[in-house]
Amino acid sequence: MTQPRRSFQVGTGLFILLGFAALTYLATQTTSIANYQQGDSYALKAKFSNIGQLKVRAPVKLAGVRIGSVQSITLDPQTLSAIVMIGIDKRFAEIPDDSAAAIFTSGLLGDQYVGIQPGGSPDMFKDGDEVILTQSSMQLEDLIGKFLVGGDTAKQGDQAKTDGSE
Amino acid sequence: MNPRVNDPTRSNQDARTPAAGNACVRIRGLRTVLNGKTIFDDVDLDIARGKITAIMGPSGTGKTTLLRHITGQLAADCGDIEVDGRHVAGLNRTQLFDLRERIGYLFQNSALLTDFSVFENVAFPLRQHLRLPEEIIRNIVLTRLQSVGLRGAAHLMPSELSGGMARRVALARAIVRDPDLMIYDEPFVGLDPIALNQILTLIRTLNDTLGVTSILVAHEFSAVRRIADHVVLIAGGKFVASGHPDVLARGESEWTRQFFGGEADGPVPFQYPARDYAAELGFAAGAR
Amino acid sequence: MNAPRRNMMLADALAQVGAVGLFMFSILAAVPKSLRHYRETVRQVWFVGAMSLVIIMTCGLFVGMVLSLQLYYVLTNFGGTAALGTVVALSMFRELGPVVTALLFAGRAGTSMTAEIGLMRATDQLSAMEMMAVDPMSYVVAPRFLAGILAMPLLVCIFNALGLLGAHLVGVSWLGLDNGTFWGNMTSTVEVWSDLLNGVWKSAAFGAVIALIATFQGYTTPPTSEGVAYATTRTVVSSAIVVLALDFVMTAFLM
Repeated sequence: MTQPRRSFQVGTGLFILLGFAALTYLATQTTSIANYQQGDSYALKAKFSNIGQLKVRAPVKLAGVRIGSVQSITLDPQTLSAIVMIGIDKRFAEIPDDSAAAIFTSGLLGDQYVGIQPGGSPDMFKDGDEVILTQSSMQLEDLIGKFLVGGDTAKQGDQAKTDGSE
Repeated sequence: MNPRVNDPTRSNQDARTPAAGNACVRIRGLRTVLNGKTIFDDVDLDIARGKITAIMGPSGTGKTTLLRHITGQLAADCGDIEVDGRHVAGLNRTQLFDLRERIGYLFQNSALLTDFSVFENVAFPLRQHLRLPEEIIRNIVLTRLQSVGLRGAAHLMPSELSGGMARRVALARAIVRDPDLMIYDEPFVGLDPIALNQILTLIRTLNDTLGVTSILVAHEFSAVRRIADHVVLIAGGKFVASGHPDVLARGESEWTRQFFGGEADGPVPFQYPARDYAAELGFAAGAR
Repeated sequence: MNAPRRNMMLADALAQVGAVGLFMFSILAAVPKSLRHYRETVRQVWFVGAMSLVIIMTCGLFVGMVLSLQLYYVLTNFGGTAALGTVVALSMFRELGPVVTALLFAGRAGTSMTAEIGLMRATDQLSAMEMMAVDPMSYVVAPRFLAGILAMPLLVCIFNALGLLGAHLVGVSWLGLDNGTFWGNMTSTVEVWSDLLNGVWKSAAFGAVIALIATFQGYTTPPTSEGVAYATTRTVVSSAIVVLALDFVMTAFLM
């Protein structure tokens, strides 16, 4: 006679478990918590003259693969440029120390992220190193302004200018 | 024990009916008005302990209302009801529930809990109020089901039972905690002769073996006559007759003659109260 | 002629709201006692929660799929298809998940609560409990109320998870968006507290309101078959209105 009672309880238990599993899945896989679970990382520093809409915890990608995230964004009072601290996963330790960092936009309206373009140096980045070669965020307004002024070659050259080369 | 029993305002009324000392239920000066209709008008009633008292009367005279007063489901407008020495109107919810734990109530439509099997229905009052080991609950429930002849149906759901079986299960549930007072609300309605006899026998046996006080509301005088020790006839808000069923059957008053003889017209009129017939049809002097 | 009648209707409506409010207080008063019947609450979580799983999962999947398809066509115009995952997740978590689940819940679980309690009233089961010294508020009503509060957030999480699965199926597997972009943009924008849990809290409130309306309608229904039928209809209609109104109020003032 007590059998039906038990099966209700087991079924209800399973349902509650399923609900919490869904919650855990959503929380850890689809929200910013997913970005915290990167395990050990090492820090790199990069200076940009303009970071555009880059936000803390924005992804850092190499060849399109996510390798880390932006840890903090501060202003250097001397050079008046933005200092972006980047955390890179320990698994991706083999990055040449002459690699360049640039701020890209995913799609026309998408979020901004830091892209790493690998260099050819035999030495690799270590914890606390600074990325010397950086490229600022591409500003849509600047781009349109350049188009209106004309000079497509000038546009290319200006865009490729590097900042914080000191 | 209960200070209300010694209440001086009540003592002169108690003196009025000295024989009421053995009453299980005592009703004094009951007055009830429901939806503008007077159901009871200054009614007194004693229900003897250990006996089967049948309350009879035409439909709509408030027999079920009386039961609801006794069990505290409905408050009376005026008057006092005492069950086993406790004044029902003065009880708070907890005390009322304490009182009801000692009352077994058989509903007209059995009112079995549809979610539970027959076994669980009978076990329900035990599980709710007592912390008993499963083994003991099983024994009590099976004993009660045996006494109503349905031990073999313990695993069935209420929807699988016939009306008579459902009523017997409800009876088993009502007696599972050995009540002091059993109340049967229309226990014979809609039963075939066999089921009717089974219920009649059960009520009589329960009363004789357990010594409970029984209150029975019914229409069927032929059935009531076989088991009741005392019959009370209600009509028009009053108790119009009471006594042993055999005495009432002789029909010494208009009321008993009509009710027990089953006459269509009499003190209980065939016609619902209405305007003068001729006037309504336009033949009266005023309308012409 | 008209004004008094309008006043009557207003008074009736106020009386109804007042009755529901009082009913809620008596449920809350019955909750501590109902914890003794925790098995009944567990059983109700099974009935209102687990038994709603099929409809919730199916609808979640389809809502996610159609949302993904619609947004894909809109976003292509701006070249913003990379934001598809983000937009789907945000609209599901913050709004569609709680509201659609609540409406489905009112239709699936709310109506069955009303019909069940209404039938218990009509067949004297509630009176029988009273006579067995068991309070129907703490044995019948409060467990269903608690089950509503417990089950709704869980159902919303399941609905959302299935919705994202549907969006992923359409967006990535069918329309060919990049898998990494789909999830990556989502994870960099969607926040646990302000987006995901925000919807979960809201759904708990919806669950409470639906269970309150459903049990009230069942408990106070006239004990006839028409009474139960009308009460069931009223449960769906009032739940839908109250859920959407409450959604607006909660979104406007609490978020």
